[in-house]
Amino acid sequence: MAAAAAGPTVFLLMVNGQIESAQFPEYDELYCKYCFVYGHDWAPTAGLEEGISQITSKNRDAQQTLVWNFPIDITFKSTNPYGWPQIVLSVYGPDIFGNDVVRGYGAVHVPFTPGSHRRTIPMFVPESTSKLQKLTSWLMGRRPEFTDPKVVAQGEGREVTTVRSQGFVTISFNVVTKDMKKLGYDVSSTDMQNPSIVSLTDGIQKY
Amino acid sequence: MAAPAAPGRAPRSLPPVPSSSRTSFTEFSIRERMREKLKAAKSKAETALLQDCPSPRPRRLKSLRQRDSETGWDKEVRNTVSMCSVCYTFNKEMNILKLISSLKVQADFPSAEEAYNFFTFNFDPESENIKDEIKNKTKNDSNQEEEEEQESIVSHQQEQTEDEMNEEDYLVNDKEDLFIIDQMAHDFLVVKPADYESYSERIQKERKILFIPSILTVPTSQKVPENMQPRYLEDEGLYIGERPTVSLSHQNILENRILRQEWFGDDGKLLALPNPIKQSSMRPPIFSLEEDIEPELETLYRKAIKPMHANQYIVGSGDPHGHFQLDIDISGLIFTHHPCFSREHVLTAKLAQLYDQYLARRQRNLSKLLTDKLHALRNAIQNSLDISGTNLPNPVAPQSVTEYKFEIRQTRRLRDAEQEKDRVLLKTIIKVWKEMKSLRDFQKFTNTPMKLYLRKEEIDQRSDKKIYEAEIQAEINELLEEYMEEYEKKMEEYKTELQEWKSWKKAQVCVSNITYKIALLPYSYKIPRRVKIFCTKYLLVQFLFIRAEVLRREDVKKRSIFLKVLFNTKEVSRTVARQISSDFRVHFGQIFNLQIFNWPESLELQIYETMGHSSTNLLAEMFIPVPETTVLTGRAITEEIEFSSNQRVMLDHEGVGSGVPFSFEADGSNTITLMTSGKVSYSVSWAVGENGVPLVPLVSQQNTGIPSPLKNIDAIASIGTSGLTDMKKLAKWAAETKLDPNDPKNADLMHLIMVATSGDACVPGFFRLEQLQQKFNFVSDEEFNRSKRFRLLQLRNREVAEFRYYKQVPLYEREINEKLFANYEKRLHEKDTIDSQDHLDAHRALVAKYLQKVRESVINRFLIAKHHFLLSDLVNEEEVPSLGILGLSLFKLAEPKRPLKPRRKERKKVTAQNLSDGDIKLLVNIVRAYDIPIRKPVLSKLQQPSKSSRSFNEMFAASPSAQSPTHSIDWAFNQVLVHPFVEVSFQRTVCRTTTAEGPNPNWNEELELPFRAPNGDYSTASLQSVKDEVFINIFDEVLYDVLEDDRERGSGIHTRVERHWLGCVRIPFSTIYFQTRIDGTFKIDIPPVLLGYSKEKNLGIERGYDSVRSLSEGSYITLFITIEPQLIPGDPVREKFDTQEDEKLLQAADKYQAECSLKFPNRQCLTTVVDINGKTVFITRYIKPLNPPQELLSSHPNNSQATAELVARYVALIPFLPDSVSFAGICDLWSTSDQFLDLLAGDEEEHAVLLCNYFLAMGKKAWLIIGNAIPEGPTTYVLTWEQNQYVIWNPSSGRYYGQFDTFCPLQSVGCLISSNNIWFNIQRYDSPVRINFDISKPKLWKSFFSQRLPYPGLSSVQPEELIYQCTDKAAALELQGRIEKILKEKIMEWRPRHLTRWNRYCTSTLRHFLPLLEQIQGKAVEDDHQAELQKQLGDYRVSGFPIHMPFSEVRPLIEAVHSTGVHTIDVSNAEFALAVYIHAYPKNVLSVWIYIASLVRNR
Repeated sequence: MAAAAAGPTVFLLMVNGQIESAQFPEYDELYCKYCFVYGHDWAPTAGLEEGISQITSKNRDAQQTLVWNFPIDITFKSTNPYGWPQIVLSVYGPDIFGNDVVRGYGAVHVPFTPGSHRRTIPMFVPESTSKLQKLTSWLMGRRPEFTDPKVVAQGEGREVTTVRSQGFVTISFNVVTKDMKKLGYDVSSTDMQNPSIVSLTDGIQKY
Repeated sequence: MAAPAAPGRAPRSLPPVPSSSRTSFTEFSIRERMREKLKAAKSKAETALLQDCPSPRPRRLKSLRQRDSETGWDKEVRNTVSMCSVCYTFNKEMNILKLISSLKVQADFPSAEEAYNFFTFNFDPESENIKDEIKNKTKNDSNQEEEEEQESIVSHQQEQTEDEMNEEDYLVNDKEDLFIIDQMAHDFLVVKPADYESYSERIQKERKILFIPSILTVPTSQKVPENMQPRYLEDEGLYIGERPTVSLSHQNILENRILRQEWFGDDGKLLALPNPIKQSSMRPPIFSLEEDIEPELETLYRKAIKPMHANQYIVGSGDPHGHFQLDIDISGLIFTHHPCFSREHVLTAKLAQLYDQYLARRQRNLSKLLTDKLHALRNAIQNSLDISGTNLPNPVAPQSVTEYKFEIRQTRRLRDAEQEKDRVLLKTIIKVWKEMKSLRDFQKFTNTPMKLYLRKEEIDQRSDKKIYEAEIQAEINELLEEYMEEYEKKMEEYKTELQEWKSWKKAQVCVSNITYKIALLPYSYKIPRRVKIFCTKYLLVQFLFIRAEVLRREDVKKRSIFLKVLFNTKEVSRTVARQISSDFRVHFGQIFNLQIFNWPESLELQIYETMGHSSTNLLAEMFIPVPETTVLTGRAITEEIEFSSNQRVMLDHEGVGSGVPFSFEADGSNTITLMTSGKVSYSVSWAVGENGVPLVPLVSQQNTGIPSPLKNIDAIASIGTSGLTDMKKLAKWAAETKLDPNDPKNADLMHLIMVATSGDACVPGFFRLEQLQQKFNFVSDEEFNRSKRFRLLQLRNREVAEFRYYKQVPLYEREINEKLFANYEKRLHEKDTIDSQDHLDAHRALVAKYLQKVRESVINRFLIAKHHFLLSDLVNEEEVPSLGILGLSLFKLAEPKRPLKPRRKERKKVTAQNLSDGDIKLLVNIVRAYDIPIRKPVLSKLQQPSKSSRSFNEMFAASPSAQSPTHSIDWAFNQVLVHPFVEVSFQRTVCRTTTAEGPNPNWNEELELPFRAPNGDYSTASLQSVKDEVFINIFDEVLYDVLEDDRERGSGIHTRVERHWLGCVRIPFSTIYFQTRIDGTFKIDIPPVLLGYSKEKNLGIERGYDSVRSLSEGSYITLFITIEPQLIPGDPVREKFDTQEDEKLLQAADKYQAECSLKFPNRQCLTTVVDINGKTVFITRYIKPLNPPQELLSSHPNNSQATAELVARYVALIPFLPDSVSFAGICDLWSTSDQFLDLLAGDEEEHAVLLCNYFLAMGKKAWLIIGNAIPEGPTTYVLTWEQNQYVIWNPSSGRYYGQFDTFCPLQSVGCLISSNNIWFNIQRYDSPVRINFDISKPKLWKSFFSQRLPYPGLSSVQPEELIYQCTDKAAALELQGRIEKILKEKIMEWRPRHLTRWNRYCTSTLRHFLPLLEQIQGKAVEDDHQAELQKQLGDYRVSGFPIHMPFSEVRPLIEAVHSTGVHTIDVSNAEFALAVYIHAYPKNVLSVWIYIASLVRNR
């Protein structure tokens, strides 16, 4: 009771949205894994931290997008914006021999401002260290992978890797925060004061 | 008609379709009423309109035009329908057009109904905007005449729609509803067939509108103007640039398209600019850094300079006070020379100049001043002479007199010069005036009003003469004196010289010199005439001018002058053009108020001269200084600034021109050349605002990088150098000039002022490098330190062990528990203070402290190394498979799918990082045990004597059959020799197996124990440093009959279960962690005395045939231990340690190691190790004979075997502390033997090295064995050659084994190390039983140093000799007492529900017994001992045992006692006995014996 009277001690960040689609011009039949990486002061209170999507094939039209529309829904609580959650995506799919190989890693911070956001994440994969290894890894279907996909969310140690960029993944986020302002973290900029109004007019113009 | 409204809108705005079904009755009636009202209102309004018509119309029309220019028709309409203006905005819509047209065809005045329709019809506004417009229009345009009816409608409608309308929609809805009609809608509908135009028609129409340029080439004739031939400029020799390439068809299209416009050049081609692409690349070539850059192309880096620009805003745009005003007052301009000057003017100007000079001189009156000074000096000399003459000789006087005289001379010279100048000036004035007069006479007119008056003043000739004479006299005297002095001086010189030369001529010359000078004097004196000059206005008399003069005057009249004021090089204003007056003065008298926003960089005045109406030429420009901030309007003084122009102007009239030589003489000689010049008088000041606030920008706004006049605001300039020493003045000045204290430029000055004004005069003797750092700090340091939250975050960030994995740091201070830091602070505190509670021994405390420090430094190094990543840490990549592996994998394909002997599959390893509590389990599989001690029958007092003489030979007699049948009850329970079970305790979690039977039980049970990492930290480093041990205790379950009464025996069984500790096996967790699994048979650590148990007996009975096992002593247990899930042990640090070894040696070592590991990847090969300082050391340097303590050697002088055992025991008594624990598994540090003895802690290699060194010193052949053992894993043993056999010593337990001992824990041998070589095992097998230890065979052992690489003679890192101090016996005794006390307290603590009684008698007996045990090193003595105990304790049933441990800390002792479970006995009348004995060996090595027993009184 006393704590309630004293005001909030944590703020909440609710993120939902979906991993909408991807553009991997050369590959097909991909699936996607996601997980969240966050700092010590963060804890998920509800929802799934990790997920794995269905395998999707390319659209036959000219756009050639791979659509997953894989929902994300998670709520975090935290006491400190340090270590703001990042979503880490890794995309896998079969190579020509049918081996499951990684097609891309990517990460992006969950947007801080409430409202709906779209993010297009450029994806990349680690490269083989030598030509010979490239050949053998191609033959054996064992491409180089990150030991842990979460390394793409950290900056440390990345200097030893070589990566090649490959494809894009589009995610949409809907972010709701609670008590952030009460705890002194004002994330909304002046032009974002009334996001609801903006979205309302957006909606009208759509129809 | 009306298109459907937007679907999102309310239905009431829908067009009213004429359907009665939609119109309810109420609505209808309302409409009816409304219509009535409207009619009435309309007629009224129309009459009003007719009257008012003429007046409002023009206004409306105007507004109409403004709004819509396309509505040409509305004028007409308005004539007929006045209200039509309401809706003209919809004129674009067809339906309205139709409506209008329908209205038009009707009568002049619309019927009321039509008007109503028109007015109320919903014209279906398409969007909100239009709606709003209507609303506005209605409001504005349908003014007076409509007001009434509209209001009525509004009110009416309000009634109708009140409920459904909200406030926002109020007006809009009014409007919409206003337009509703339904029945009349079809009147406006005109049904028409859809418009269709035939294709050809359309083509034709399109052709009218569209123009499609053909792609044919346009004939040149069309492109060139008529009647002209194409002209090719190129042919004429003119340069034409290369045209850009455009395809011909495009060009043709373009040409055709623009044919109608004049876009063609003379040659008939399109006009085009030359190709803009340059032939040569303008981009600087890019050089790679490796290449040598030519010196001229080398890039020089200079510090960035802020570009000078004008738009330096004084204030931010948002500042409302940001206007500052500069007032520039230009009063006038005077030419000192102008091309139109006539000669007379020139002279006048000259005269005026001279007069000015004269006036200035008069004002200064230098000659008078100097004359006065001269008089004063003379008087002074006179006075001083008088004083010296009358009074005592004054030593100062002669000196001052000479000074005065010198002074007089100087002054006189100056005065003479001044007077000369005065006279010359006067003469020039008069000369010029004379010239002027003659000129005026000559030209017979005067141009200038200048006139010179010379006024003679009456002077008293005589008095003047007198004064002068006196003056001259005085001067002559002085001169005489002076020359006499000089003469004397010279004479002196002369005389001295004369003595050498003796010449008389010299003297004569000197005398004549003097006379000559005196003769000159009167000539230079002339009495000055007093002259006064007045310049007055002269009335110009118009004489007959000569033509040239007339022309000149006309020219002057034509000329006018104006000034431009430029602020920051931008013209801001200009004066009016004024004519030059005949006296060449221009009066402006204008004040410009400049409101400025930019910082004033420069102020400039430009003088322009216009001639007539055409040419304006710049005469001169002057830069005027920006006034200082203190110069305000009203106080500013008018200043004059001179200008001059070097323009050359020659005129064809009387004007002398400028820059042109001219002459006053008739013959043209004596020419002078004058340039246009003049003076502008102006004043510039800062304006004062309404309330007296000066509109001056702050000084701090000034840019530092740009030189500007205001830059000169520095203290020295404004208050002078002397001001700097006067602090008050300085402070005042600083306050006045509004010096910005925050400006770093002023920092030192402000500091100085601050120090001075506060009276604290000390200037700090330091300077700060980052003086602004404080501003960037997040919070102040004090606050930062005070805040618990910040501290917590900081510590976590620093990866301090306690906080590394702290989750969810609270947001508020108040939520952070004070206790959180307690542990950490305690640890920090402990660093400095010796904790006596855990260690009980000052030396050990010191060692622990030292070890802690070493550990910290190593860990810090490790933490740094941890952040160095390798590719393999981040990226999983398959190795390039070799051919062998490829072949193997191909072979695998042919393998049977389900082989009969399935291959063992490794479990998947788990990285420790994503684990949490409860995820890790310790699996202990207890398979079986051998030779568990068996119970001896409980002996009564009566049997005691026979037992006392029990000896080794008695073992067959003690068979179970020997039990006396008289003790039938005992027999019933004792028919099985022992009921052993195993209890595994780990981290105080206890699990036990079922009870088995017999001395060779078989359990085969799996126990699962949870594992908890310290602080919830499951990182590799943390897991490695877990110090916990797994205790595997073997107990005997004993049943006792507790029946009090024999009569009840028939009805029930009452027994009490007791368990008796038999022995234990201890395995450190770190071993399990590194080994991942431990599988083997271990010797059970059985205390030397187990009261009530014996072991030897069963040997003959059950296992007599088992010769192998019977060879060894002791009991064994087979175990399998592993961790679930399997954890990946941390990698060793990949840090390359610095070293002092020879590089060649290191390379050889690397090569050797690589070769070895290639052949036998599983065999350990060590060449270099890391010492405690973190340096790489070659391993053989550790091996060196070192003396064991003399005490040990002398104890068994004859028995070398015993001595060796004792030495091994001594080494084993040094506590074992694995490096992985102390250094978090980072690396294996090898300390030298003396360090090891000082630290009194180390792991296998330190023990092995010390033991090996001792053995070497004792003259044995000894080697280190690097190999694998159970349970330790990779470890180090010692091999000795004794009496034709190899003996393997376990240095950490002190036990030794023969080479062929089955129970030898050493499993494999990797290499052997001696003091001068390393031998790697290249035999097929590595089990010590199966290998040959003969290192002389190169086929079996690959040596490091060989003939190819001879042993270089490496010096040892070990000390020359070990020095042993005798341990303080008293301290050991004290420690003994303390440990006993602590253990007793602990046992009581563990038995919270029972009373713990201590049997003092038993305790003392045990205490006496313990030293004996130490003496015989725990050899079996139990029978005597037991007999003694029995004798003394009589009817107590005693169960207990001594525990032996090396001493390191108290905690392991407590754990060991706890694990035995003695305290768990819950017999109500149980008593306890506990004795501790500490035997002190040299160098503080302590052997601890704890004898613990529980006593139960027999009934």
